[in-house]
Amino acid sequence: MKILRFAGIVPLIGLLAGCGSGAPSAKIGLNVELTGEMPAVGASAKNAAELFISQQNAAGGIPIGDQKVPLELVIGDNAAKADQAASVANKLIAQDNVIAMVGPDASACAIPASEIAEALKCPMISPWSTNPKTTVDVTTGKPKEYVFRACFTDTFQARVLAKFVLNNLKKTTAAALYDVASEAPNGQANLFRETFETNGGKMVAFETYTTGDRDFSAQLTKIKAANPEVIFLPCYYNDVPLIVQQARRLGITADFVGSDTWSTPEIIKLGGDEINGSYFCNHYSTQIATDVAQKFMTDYKAKYGQDPDDIAALTYDSFGILTEAIKAAGKLDRQAVRDALAKISAYNGVTGSFKFEGTGDPMKSAVILQIKDGKFVWVANATP
Amino acid sequence: MDYFAQQAINAIQQGSIYALIALGYSMVYGVLTMINFAHGDLFMVGAFACLLIASFFPLPFIVILILVMLATGFLGALLERLAYRPLRNAPRVSAIITALGCGLVIENVVLSLSPYAKPMPPLFTVTGYHIGGLSVSTLQLMIIGVSIALMVGLDFLIRRTSFGMAMRAISFDAKTVPLLGIPLNLIISVTFLIGAGLGGAAGMLYGQAYPVIAASMGILVGWKAFVAAVVGGIGSIRGAVLGGYILGTVEVMTVAFLPSTYRDLVAYSLLLVILIFKPYGLLGKAPNQKV
Repeated sequence: MKILRFAGIVPLIGLLAGCGSGAPSAKIGLNVELTGEMPAVGASAKNAAELFISQQNAAGGIPIGDQKVPLELVIGDNAAKADQAASVANKLIAQDNVIAMVGPDASACAIPASEIAEALKCPMISPWSTNPKTTVDVTTGKPKEYVFRACFTDTFQARVLAKFVLNNLKKTTAAALYDVASEAPNGQANLFRETFETNGGKMVAFETYTTGDRDFSAQLTKIKAANPEVIFLPCYYNDVPLIVQQARRLGITADFVGSDTWSTPEIIKLGGDEINGSYFCNHYSTQIATDVAQKFMTDYKAKYGQDPDDIAALTYDSFGILTEAIKAAGKLDRQAVRDALAKISAYNGVTGSFKFEGTGDPMKSAVILQIKDGKFVWVANATP
Repeated sequence: MDYFAQQAINAIQQGSIYALIALGYSMVYGVLTMINFAHGDLFMVGAFACLLIASFFPLPFIVILILVMLATGFLGALLERLAYRPLRNAPRVSAIITALGCGLVIENVVLSLSPYAKPMPPLFTVTGYHIGGLSVSTLQLMIIGVSIALMVGLDFLIRRTSFGMAMRAISFDAKTVPLLGIPLNLIISVTFLIGAGLGGAAGMLYGQAYPVIAASMGILVGWKAFVAAVVGGIGSIRGAVLGGYILGTVEVMTVAFLPSTYRDLVAYSLLLVILIFKPYGLLGKAPNQKV
């Protein structure tokens, strides 16, 4: 009740603030995983967001109507926890009065945060959440009006991966091991199984664990007995190294295949020799970059001394489409920005070209990468 | 047959680690009848202490083990001195809440120093033996061996030495014991030191077996070991060991014979059933109620 009343008052305060004579700024919220289970994800997102904002502000801000307005970033740490992601969303929208929110990245956080954004009618763009539920209201089956994403969805990703295993790797038996308590891995594993089996493959084992587990020996022993040619691991980057190491120690020789949850370079640092040769699906590759992407990679490396991962690229693109929408809207109004976002038909970003067609999911393509001697190496392109 | 034997080895390895951590809960409960909920985080500190020592000084395994146990042990004793001793005569619930708070403080201190998960360097070359379909590594044998050696050592200390006798006396009647000239505070401090030291050793072994360590690694394992201690009979040293192995076995065997989604459901339902029939745990005794 208190929150509802508060939410009612805040737009009023915002209105009053807008009437003030002080120079206005476009406040954008960033709801990220800075601490908790996947800090590398939050760090990339924060870096990319700060890079984007500093570039825009160095150019004097973004044109809204007849004046240039600087951008302001408000960061909230969701600790990779669902409840904290929701309360950060609430704070950013109701208290900090942001024009739009970028993030969260993990689907487990993005789904609850999207409910808040939808209820408070504030545009939200998740750079990295691939779970269909982020942009779709499960009770009605209709797309959420205010929620967008900058990445492809799990439905697409799982289909791409299953076909890659069957057609490119020419393997027909597979096993899966995933975190049953986490949204994205859970969805990906089930969608992978569906496509793999309808296209002639056979899932010989389908095993789970829960968030925080470090021992997978019981499940892996079971997988070993089923003798699959490929093991699908839609797991976040901090679990994957442990799984592959334990698997190799048990004498499992199958190939490992993963989803975009693998994409941070941290996985190479933690994975050791055992992860060498594994494949995963990703949003872009530094090896087949366009001019826009080249410029972003050079700028990012100059500022932070490392190559940007896909989270950084997608966060940068999220801010790109958002400012594009604010410019098109011509005013700092959430409803107008939302309408302009939904109309974006050809934004050329780091991770490819964006187009929204009635839902918050953009039409995009994916790439398959291989981890080879400490690097991500491009293997194949995959279009929807 | 190979499959079953492999799962049995997995179960013993899991159980050894649970048992080692469960001992810390049981020892503290034994002398103070309080549950040290910071114990899971002491376990995590053990893993990080090992990482720090091993990355600066290339010492042999056994020396690092002793240093880690001492470091974590002193942290445990410090917690007792600063946080729990002032509350010794306060209501029990205050001490438990303080313990939860201490755990969060430790976890967040580590988090502020290192939010990233860290790879743990191996302390010795691991050789794997593949006999038929069965895989055993020197690492597994070492974890099981060190855990059992520590548990046997502790059992000897408690049953055969005067320190152990003093500890048991305190758990029986903490009011009268100091009147007999036994240094109550010293014994309690040393109990914390040993309990936390064992937790640290478990953290180090765990870090070797699962070589990606993070500040949050103690939470889940800590809770599971606590459950193991309660099932075995909290306050009973042999009960903690029994509970640890039961939990490890039930978890692994559920996965072996049922879909792995049922693991926690089956494991914890079974433990609840045990507690219905033995409310003080398998080897625990009902407290002496004075009327």
